[in-house]
Amino acid sequence: IARRKAAHMLKYPDAEVISLGIGDTTEPIPEVITSALAKRSYALSTQEGYSGYGAEQGEKPLRAAIASTFYKDLGIEEGDIFVSDGAKCDISRLQIVFGSNVTMAVQDPSYPAYVDSSVIMGQTGEFQKDAEKYGKIEYMRCTAENGFFPDLSTVARTDIIFFCSPNNPTGAAATREQLTRLVQFAKDNGSIIVYDSAYALYISDDNPRSIFEIPGAKEVAIETSSFSKYAGFTGVRLGWTVIPKELLFSDGFPVAKDFNRIVCTCFNGASNISQAGGLACLSPEGFKAVHEVIGFYKENTDIIVETFNSLGFKVYGGKNAPYVWVQFPGRSSWDVFSEILEKTHVVTTPGSGFGPGGEGFIRVSAFGHRGNVLEACKRFKHLYK
Amino acid sequence: MEVKLACMVCSVKVRLKAGCSSVVRSAVGRLVQLVNRGRCTKVHRNFNLEKLRNGYLFTEIARRELQHLEKYPNAKVISLGIGDTTQPIPDNISMSMANYARALATAEGYRGYGAEQGNKELRKAIAETHYKDVLVKESEVFVSDGSQCDIARLLLVLGSNVTVAAQDPSFPAYIDSSVIVGQAGDLEDEVGKYCNIEYLECGPGNNFFPDLKGTSRTDIIFFCSPNNPTGHAATQNQLEQLVEFARNNGSIIIFDSAYAAYVTDGCPRSIYEIPGAREVAIEISSFSKFSGFTGVRLGWTVVPEELLFSSGFPVINDFNRIICTCFNGASNIAQAGGLACLSSEGLEAVHSVVDYYKENTKILIDTLASLGIKVYGGINAPYVWAHFPGRKSWDVFAEILEKTHITTVPGSGFGPGGEEYIRISGFGHRESILEASRRLEALF
Repeated sequence: IARRKAAHMLKYPDAEVISLGIGDTTEPIPEVITSALAKRSYALSTQEGYSGYGAEQGEKPLRAAIASTFYKDLGIEEGDIFVSDGAKCDISRLQIVFGSNVTMAVQDPSYPAYVDSSVIMGQTGEFQKDAEKYGKIEYMRCTAENGFFPDLSTVARTDIIFFCSPNNPTGAAATREQLTRLVQFAKDNGSIIVYDSAYALYISDDNPRSIFEIPGAKEVAIETSSFSKYAGFTGVRLGWTVIPKELLFSDGFPVAKDFNRIVCTCFNGASNISQAGGLACLSPEGFKAVHEVIGFYKENTDIIVETFNSLGFKVYGGKNAPYVWVQFPGRSSWDVFSEILEKTHVVTTPGSGFGPGGEGFIRVSAFGHRGNVLEACKRFKHLYK
Repeated sequence: MEVKLACMVCSVKVRLKAGCSSVVRSAVGRLVQLVNRGRCTKVHRNFNLEKLRNGYLFTEIARRELQHLEKYPNAKVISLGIGDTTQPIPDNISMSMANYARALATAEGYRGYGAEQGNKELRKAIAETHYKDVLVKESEVFVSDGSQCDIARLLLVLGSNVTVAAQDPSFPAYIDSSVIVGQAGDLEDEVGKYCNIEYLECGPGNNFFPDLKGTSRTDIIFFCSPNNPTGHAATQNQLEQLVEFARNNGSIIIFDSAYAAYVTDGCPRSIYEIPGAREVAIEISSFSKFSGFTGVRLGWTVVPEELLFSSGFPVINDFNRIICTCFNGASNIAQAGGLACLSSEGLEAVHSVVDYYKENTKILIDTLASLGIKVYGGINAPYVWAHFPGRKSWDVFAEILEKTHITTVPGSGFGPGGEEYIRISGFGHRESILEASRRLEALF
């Protein structure tokens, strides 16, 4: 996509290209948070404030703050939280824990890192060009018809199930009832769910924000999340993974112990400065500011949803996530991507980039300056009126 | 002696007194496991992780230090164990990071995702500062969040089917990561070695450089110079032999130059000073011991374009793919700090901190030498490698900790070749180093 965008910009040097493609945050980080980042940086040049290696699992106050902010009353403690430099890295570290002999299931469509990291670890078979799928991966179709929740009765057992909710790219947030079924499915099959909750704070309705809201989830699920889309920390790099003590391998060995070993050997902790920023995000003032930025992106999403609705498109997502999943029935998503880029100079993401289940869809991300989002929508209206 | 067993799920703890027969203990253990099994998943544990013995070395050292503190709450424990930097980061560098952080609150200064390979300016600065005379390109430099992470990512690139050689003794992450990725084979308990790893013994007898003639071919050779833990910096001649060995065997050297800034006597600071190295070597390095960035997290890896797999496929392409899939770049604030480190003002400041640690190390060498203890290293690295012939290194570690409240690192933690040695690190406040010297003088 970056390549196509660059080629486009060469072709139209005067065009004002608007990027609603890569889900990259654009709004500044609230000052209450950046001053904590700055303060920690300064402190490192003082005797009292200098700190060297931190605990690989993360600084205690931050772990505690994450537990109490996101997992209050869910029986998840500070010791279950592992602070990281982001979800993408955590996914790979989890894959290293699991090793090459596990099978995995993903939603189709889904964030590419789950499948790509699985291929790298050697868990998959060959890529089957016709189906556009890797052998040995169970693809759980999520479509408009099934409410973007897979029909679990048709899903084969796998060791690991990657599940992202609210979902990137479809924007669908699974309901309590759906997640209860998912947890039961994992229990029945003795599987481990890796639940990606990076967009939980974008939820507008009553849907669960954490898999651990579902009874019994602690014995089957790991949850991973990130400060990226909450606090604009996409460049600062901070996230976390929760592994309950109750999650055990088939021989009774706690998964958290193996993850801890990987974290101590293959990682050396998230940057201490980033962690200071994370702590500020979870202070009352910081958390309020974080919600304001999220609110801004949600308003962007509303504008985009309204635009495509008014043009008569079938629009999904957008309510509980900063992504709008627009259907272009019967059309190749790369063709639509190209058409939109060529005719409106707006970069989006073709759905098939997220798996064969994404064909016929375009993902429009709502990260952007208000002016750009409004301008992009104006251009969409012009193109598709 | 008590044996404690705990059920992971229902928190029932069982304490069995000494004298309880091993049959009973084993039965209770199995019963607890059975209770657990009812709530277990059906996912098999990664058998590679089962091969790792004990915890990671430095985690174990930290644990023992804590235990000691609990036993002697008033003791002033001096830590010369974990190689953790102690001196503040120079002002101009932390200022740069603070300014960068503050700018993130502004429309003009805000930055989102950076390139996974690192900020262009920083890559350029690393190439121009550290590889000035050896023609490393900016595009061959990959900025990271540190060497431990880079080692794991490199092994992911290489996969589980490669054979590995490492110095003995060496930094534990090379072998531990190799075990994790599935390259190491089983552990032979009696010798404390993994059967698929080629151990390159380094000791005073061979000038801390392995006898390559007696060394089997492996795909990968981990080589750290200046060395952690022995402190030995390989000479130009030694590295030429290593590069030739790799060229002849079609192997890839992973050269760890994290302590290059500590070189005092003219030994090479980069593997690329050796002609022909670009076709056989990857170099990893770090801002940790260079700029006190142990907590800030910043390092880099160099993968030359000429380094090719047997099929002719460039290693750099695969490394780039791993970086883009399994990583999302080092923190932008840390990178801003790195750039400041490499400015002329920054370099000057950073070198004076390095000199401070070098002076610490000299004090320790002098102290130990004056006590008649045979010491190695310390000249080109912030580590002193002290020999205690005939003694087990964990025993010496325990004795030193118990009697002087100083944490060191037992040499056997770095491999069987480290037995009888203790690693003492030169990081610390000057007063601590001096106090530690006094206590060591009193003990020995």
